[in-house]
Amino acid sequence: MDLAIRIGIVLAEIAAVLGVVLTHVAYLTYMERKILSDMQDRLGPMEVGPHGLLQPLADGLKLFFKEDIIPTGANKIIFSAAPILVLIPALIGFAVVPFGRDSLVIGEFEITPYITDINVGILYILAFSSLGAYGVLLGGWASNSKYSLLGGLRSAAQVISYELPLGLSLVGPILLSGSLSMVTMTEAQGGGFWHWYVITQPIAFVIYMICAIAETNRLPFDLPEAESELVAGFFTEYSGMRFSFFFLAEYANMILVSCIAVVAFLGGWQAPFSFMEFVPPIVWFLAKVYFLLFFYIWLRATVPRLRFDQLMAFGWKVMLPLSLVNVLLTSIVKYFLNQM
Amino acid sequence: MTAQLLFFYFGGMTVAGAIVAVASPNLVYSALALLLTFIHIAGIYVLLNAEFIAAVQIIVYAGAILVLYLFVLMLFNPEKEKLYLHRQYPVGIFLGVVVLCLMLFAAFKTEILGQEGSFTVEAVRSMGHTDAIGRVLYTDYIFPFEIASLILLVAMFGSILLAGRGRHLRKRGEAFDLSGGGTPPEGKPKRSDEVMVGR
Repeated sequence: MDLAIRIGIVLAEIAAVLGVVLTHVAYLTYMERKILSDMQDRLGPMEVGPHGLLQPLADGLKLFFKEDIIPTGANKIIFSAAPILVLIPALIGFAVVPFGRDSLVIGEFEITPYITDINVGILYILAFSSLGAYGVLLGGWASNSKYSLLGGLRSAAQVISYELPLGLSLVGPILLSGSLSMVTMTEAQGGGFWHWYVITQPIAFVIYMICAIAETNRLPFDLPEAESELVAGFFTEYSGMRFSFFFLAEYANMILVSCIAVVAFLGGWQAPFSFMEFVPPIVWFLAKVYFLLFFYIWLRATVPRLRFDQLMAFGWKVMLPLSLVNVLLTSIVKYFLNQM
Repeated sequence: MTAQLLFFYFGGMTVAGAIVAVASPNLVYSALALLLTFIHIAGIYVLLNAEFIAAVQIIVYAGAILVLYLFVLMLFNPEKEKLYLHRQYPVGIFLGVVVLCLMLFAAFKTEILGQEGSFTVEAVRSMGHTDAIGRVLYTDYIFPFEIASLILLVAMFGSILLAGRGRHLRKRGEAFDLSGGGTPPEGKPKRSDEVMVGR
């Protein structure tokens, strides 16, 4: 009985987190369209609901009822499995993100503000995000189309190249906090914004932000879906629900990498000053995540797309050496601080 | 009980994935079956309280090495290649038998000896697996660890040398064509693979 209630609580937590994340994903598309149109001096979606607020719902319904087309010559099994392989890694990472500080205690049961606190939290997210490349690569290959294949191959090359500096940039916060757990990492940054790792690890933060954009295939690194060269890249042949899975995964990934950046560099749910702690922690967390998301959209409106060889050269010749130097310096400084 | 059930699930899926990986006529399916095997091996590591190894297993093998395999498979269109290399059958069978014997030997030997060091299950659980593996790796086993990193470094040099030499020869070939009245090389755009390899 006790076990049944515990499993019920965990399932309810998973359902709640998934529901909240998917709602944010839907309204992130609205936010992106509105901000982009504002920056380009136009109105954006205005027709469905007041100021177009119901536009994500209308888009979702439209995609849901569209005909599902599988092109002839496509590998049916892999073609159908690829969108799921992209979406699952994007959503599974939210299991270890601590959204707030206080647990909700009902009787003898405790509802934590995270689904689970495993002691390799950051590695867990990195492991599953590296699996996301399979969906893109296989989707591109199974479509039996040259644009899709090129998009898939580009994506695999890009994700592998930028995963290294991404992981190495997170080593800085890991070294400073002495833990791989997201919860411990947040707690280590308490007591004012000058304790946040963005202050002590500015290089790592910049490297992380750039690599995160490359990992999520966003502009200016959206080579796998460059519409002027590859029609729509790896999802050229996809339609209806399967297309929307790719779409959802991209935005869910954006939120996930922002959450990791907030936990690792911006102090998670911590308030910047101790006198501002009357604001609930979850509000701080959301504010920081949305600031980063706004930054992504801002970047998309500002910066043109790179060429593919520029992208690879930048990843291997600039980002990787910089992140290695950062790891070296951080460990040396940490070692001498421990000695004192 | 739950741990045993989970072990049978992970072990069974590992073996099934490995069999499909070897037996499937489609190389892309083989690679995917291998992915299944890697993920379930990571599951067995988690059952053994080795979360760090499990995460690294997925990041390195599933996330990097297998993606590269798939990359290559998709580039050279495996349908047209010969799938079973008949000339290598005897070697394959010989190596398979040797590895099987080694594995059986190791399995039965540890069951008999089964020695217990200072890192018991309780000790690892209390100090954290990542902590434990870090301490041991950088104190007791620092020499093998450094040798392993040296071997990786040599492999890195080797691949750079191979790729660099190919580029050098290509350039010489172009220069030779030029003397026969080709287009001047200055106007040629850089190829992406040249930029990747570096100078």
